[in-house]
Amino acid sequence: MTNWTRIVRGTIGVAGVLAVAELVSRAGFSDTSLPPASTVLLRAAEFFGDTEFLSAVGSTLEAWVLGLLLATVVAVAVGMALSTTPWLNRATRVLVELMRPIPSVALIPLAIVSFSSITESKVSLVFYSACWPILINTLYALRDVDPLAKETLRSFGFGKAAILLRVSLPSAAPFVATGVRISAAVGLVVVVSFELVAGNGEGVGGYLLQTQSGGGRPDLMLAGAIWAGVLGALINVGLVALERRAFRWHAVRTEASA
Amino acid sequence: MTAITGDHPAERPTGTNGRRRRPTGVPGLRILTGGAARLWLVALLVGCWEIIARTKQDAYFPPPSTIVRVFHELWFSGPATHLFLTDKALDDFQPSFVNLFCGWALAAVVGLALGILLGRSSVAREILDPVLQFGRAVPPPTLIPFFIVVFDFGAQMQISTIAFGVIWPVLLNTADGVRTVEKLQLETAEVFGITGAARLFRITLPAAAPKIFAGLRVSLGFALILMVISELIGSTTGIGAHLISSQQGMELPEMWAGIVLLGILGCLFNAVFALVERRFLSWHSRARGLDS
Amino acid sequence: MLEVANLSHAYGDAPPVLSSIDLEVRPGELVSIVGPSGCGKSTLLRCIAGLQAPTAGQVRLDGKPVDRVPDNLAVVFQDYSRSLFPWMSVRDNVALPLRRRRKNRAQRQENAMKALESVGLPDAAAKYPWQLSGGMQQRVAIARALAYGPEFMIMDEPFGSVDAQTREDLEDLLLRVRGNSGMTILLVTHDIDESVYVGDRVVVLSKGPARVRADLWVGLPTARDQITTRELPEFVHLRAEVGRLVRGREAADEPKS
Repeated sequence: MTNWTRIVRGTIGVAGVLAVAELVSRAGFSDTSLPPASTVLLRAAEFFGDTEFLSAVGSTLEAWVLGLLLATVVAVAVGMALSTTPWLNRATRVLVELMRPIPSVALIPLAIVSFSSITESKVSLVFYSACWPILINTLYALRDVDPLAKETLRSFGFGKAAILLRVSLPSAAPFVATGVRISAAVGLVVVVSFELVAGNGEGVGGYLLQTQSGGGRPDLMLAGAIWAGVLGALINVGLVALERRAFRWHAVRTEASA
Repeated sequence: MTAITGDHPAERPTGTNGRRRRPTGVPGLRILTGGAARLWLVALLVGCWEIIARTKQDAYFPPPSTIVRVFHELWFSGPATHLFLTDKALDDFQPSFVNLFCGWALAAVVGLALGILLGRSSVAREILDPVLQFGRAVPPPTLIPFFIVVFDFGAQMQISTIAFGVIWPVLLNTADGVRTVEKLQLETAEVFGITGAARLFRITLPAAAPKIFAGLRVSLGFALILMVISELIGSTTGIGAHLISSQQGMELPEMWAGIVLLGILGCLFNAVFALVERRFLSWHSRARGLDS
Repeated sequence: MLEVANLSHAYGDAPPVLSSIDLEVRPGELVSIVGPSGCGKSTLLRCIAGLQAPTAGQVRLDGKPVDRVPDNLAVVFQDYSRSLFPWMSVRDNVALPLRRRRKNRAQRQENAMKALESVGLPDAAAKYPWQLSGGMQQRVAIARALAYGPEFMIMDEPFGSVDAQTREDLEDLLLRVRGNSGMTILLVTHDIDESVYVGDRVVVLSKGPARVRADLWVGLPTARDQITTRELPEFVHLRAEVGRLVRGREAADEPKS
């Protein structure tokens, strides 16, 4: 019942926003460049049959997935290595603090000039920007592992590796997953930004740039943005659902303590 | 509706908080050894970079010494009367900073107001939830072409891009903070006749402040990113424009200097914000510290 | 002063928590309400304080029906750590309710200091609540209620979260404060000893749904002492009677449910 009212209210909200957008553009409150919501939705639907657009989406997602996967593997491995070697950890902390605040999009020009293939540049850029949230969450989570759990295993005669595998990693996993989710959003922003700056017609960003030429097609631009938003939302929802499934024990524990 | 905390948990232990508490026992020696244990890796990497770059003469990776020299020449070799800023520094920094702070401030004000509204009313929350989830998921750069068509190139386009992109953390965190204010705190206020505006400013907002500040901090970091990207794509002035023009002119040390500058700015914003946050939220971190 | 007539309450479709409660408190009285834990004592208090509208029945304070929190009423909650505001100093916490009394800043601060003195905490004014022990925090909460200057004070398990020694000190503080101010007080507790020790009257509630099971007059002398009062045969007798009423009902009820 409460679920139904939520759905109804959400639908009302979406319909309301669309109606207002439609009215604003039709009534001509703003200049002619704002296309009606209905047109934009229609264009977005037409994209389903547009192979050019779909291949652009594919190329964007490919770079994004590769970069994110690479970043997850590397960042978790580095995080584990660092948390088991305190002297290295101390030294890398300064390095991390120096490199993390660099806005990853500032590296776009560098990525353009230093890699020969566009996909390579995109993947490296996503990799770089996605590493930080995952690495930092991994380090933080591994430092916060309940020492009692570790000592329990040690008292049963387990070695360092077994403790890392059986206690530290599982209890850090939910936080690592949160890091991956943050990185996923950041990565999407970075890929699209790269494509917009590189300006060679690659990916969703490149497609959007093309629509700008020749007077501009705002309806196509907004339809593209809607696709990007829906993709981003789906990715987020998917990752959250995955986290919920995989870490049910974690949710139960944090709720109980709250 | 979940709050965006970004990489907030990690900020504290590694942030300025931790660095302040240096051991003071045998000052000179401790700082020396402690500093060495922290800094050797950075020094090693920079050293290696310098040597390799000098021997290989790779145009794409100039040695750090060159980058630092160019960095200084470009922006900080001006007259003392201008705080050593060069004319180029004034030309580059001013539009960037104005856009950044206008966009951020706009997002903060609108996000705070809407967030309070959503936090107070569950009906409003349920009506707007899908719209907000969608809006948050749109990568802000995808809207830049559209903003260029609507506003043309320039400050308006950049401010819109920044404001649209960074409003979400403020809005969602404010809504979450206001929604989750302790019921007992609100009832206590009610018992003692604190209602309306007094309740909002003295009870609800202070109680939600830790979450609101977390949102504002994430937003500020994000605003810097969007400032750069909007200048890379649609501007001829600002730090981002410097980056892209030096890349196109193959002036790579200049480009590297721009990257260093942005890194320093990122650090600086973070530090200033942490300072402000500590001033306003000292009760929160201290109360927390005692609890655990 | 306070009349509760035929008060019932149920949360949604759940079975009722309160069932036709009748209660009267005369001016200047200190009435303790005691009952098994989870019997709906807190719900009763929230209805009386106007924090919650009952599903049936009426609450009248000074003859006026209570539909929102009355002006001359203060509440001291059990959970002091959450009912004191951590972002305000102790003095500001105590002075906060005085804004409603239309006093200027200097007067508010002065009244707050007086209230803090009367609970024995003049030195804590500049501190934050979370820097104080539990017992001291609850003193601050009491000072806040006193500064407000209510005629009627409601206390919901006020000493339920502090250790035994502190609890006795706070009970005596309450009796002293009440002697000085002549306030009418309604105190809810699950502690049988406490209900008899501080009360002029003890109202015993039964469980699920809560009903008034007994209304006993405590005939002890006004001046009470933790050691000697608790030795008096009347105290021992009354405590046993209240205990039997609270527990006997539970024992008789459990096989049924």
